[in-house]
Amino acid sequence: MSSTFETVANIIAETCDIPRDTIKPESHAIDDLGIDSLDFLDIAFAIDKAFGIKLPLEQWTQEVNDGKASTEQYFVLQNLCARIDDLVAAKGK
Amino acid sequence: MRIEYFQLIDRITDLNFNDLTIRAEANVPATSTIFEGHFPGRPLMPGVLLIETMAQASGWLLIARNRFAKMPFLATVKEAKLRTFVTPGQALIVSAKIMHEGSGFALTEAKIETNGKTVCDADITFRLVDFPQGEFVANMREVAKRIALPMEVAPHG
Repeated sequence: MSSTFETVANIIAETCDIPRDTIKPESHAIDDLGIDSLDFLDIAFAIDKAFGIKLPLEQWTQEVNDGKASTEQYFVLQNLCARIDDLVAAKGK
Repeated sequence: MRIEYFQLIDRITDLNFNDLTIRAEANVPATSTIFEGHFPGRPLMPGVLLIETMAQASGWLLIARNRFAKMPFLATVKEAKLRTFVTPGQALIVSAKIMHEGSGFALTEAKIETNGKTVCDADITFRLVDFPQGEFVANMREVAKRIALPMEVAPHG
């Protein structure tokens, strides 16, 4: 998770011009870091490329809109990184 | 081009689902009220319309790729370079390639050429949303037919 977080935090810092030291594992990408949906597309692209995965953003958005999940589950960075690790692990199977 | 209707692609000449590329013709009209204002005595195709032309070629590629399931909407234009002037009556060749297909978004690289010379190029991001139904999809299918978008080729995925 730690290296995943480093990669994701660096992507966010670079993509959104946010100081790297303000990005913490407990940061909420939207509520704390102020990342909007358009910027998140750039982040998703960079994450997809860096990890060789496809973040299921449509599924996550649907789950949040349907009240089946909270934004914290997907957009707090330590949770996002855990999802990324799961997707990377699933890819290797 | 049906420039007054913002329909800038005239004809799809190639669509390749292996390479994820499209190629199309877009002929700048000889006359238009746009050229009367942009600019009097020196008519030029506006750069934003060249960018829109690249976006529309990319958009048709994405529509064909997902067979009218998802509609691409322009989200981001990066690295747009307008390299030379385009004037009324010029025949343009527009090409685009899908560089990444994410969940609910896609990125393309697109360019326009005339006489073998690159006129402009850009990296474009689209949001992909469920295709609006009813009149919207009916009209888009009509335009697709007019510009000869090949729909008989089954895309991957």
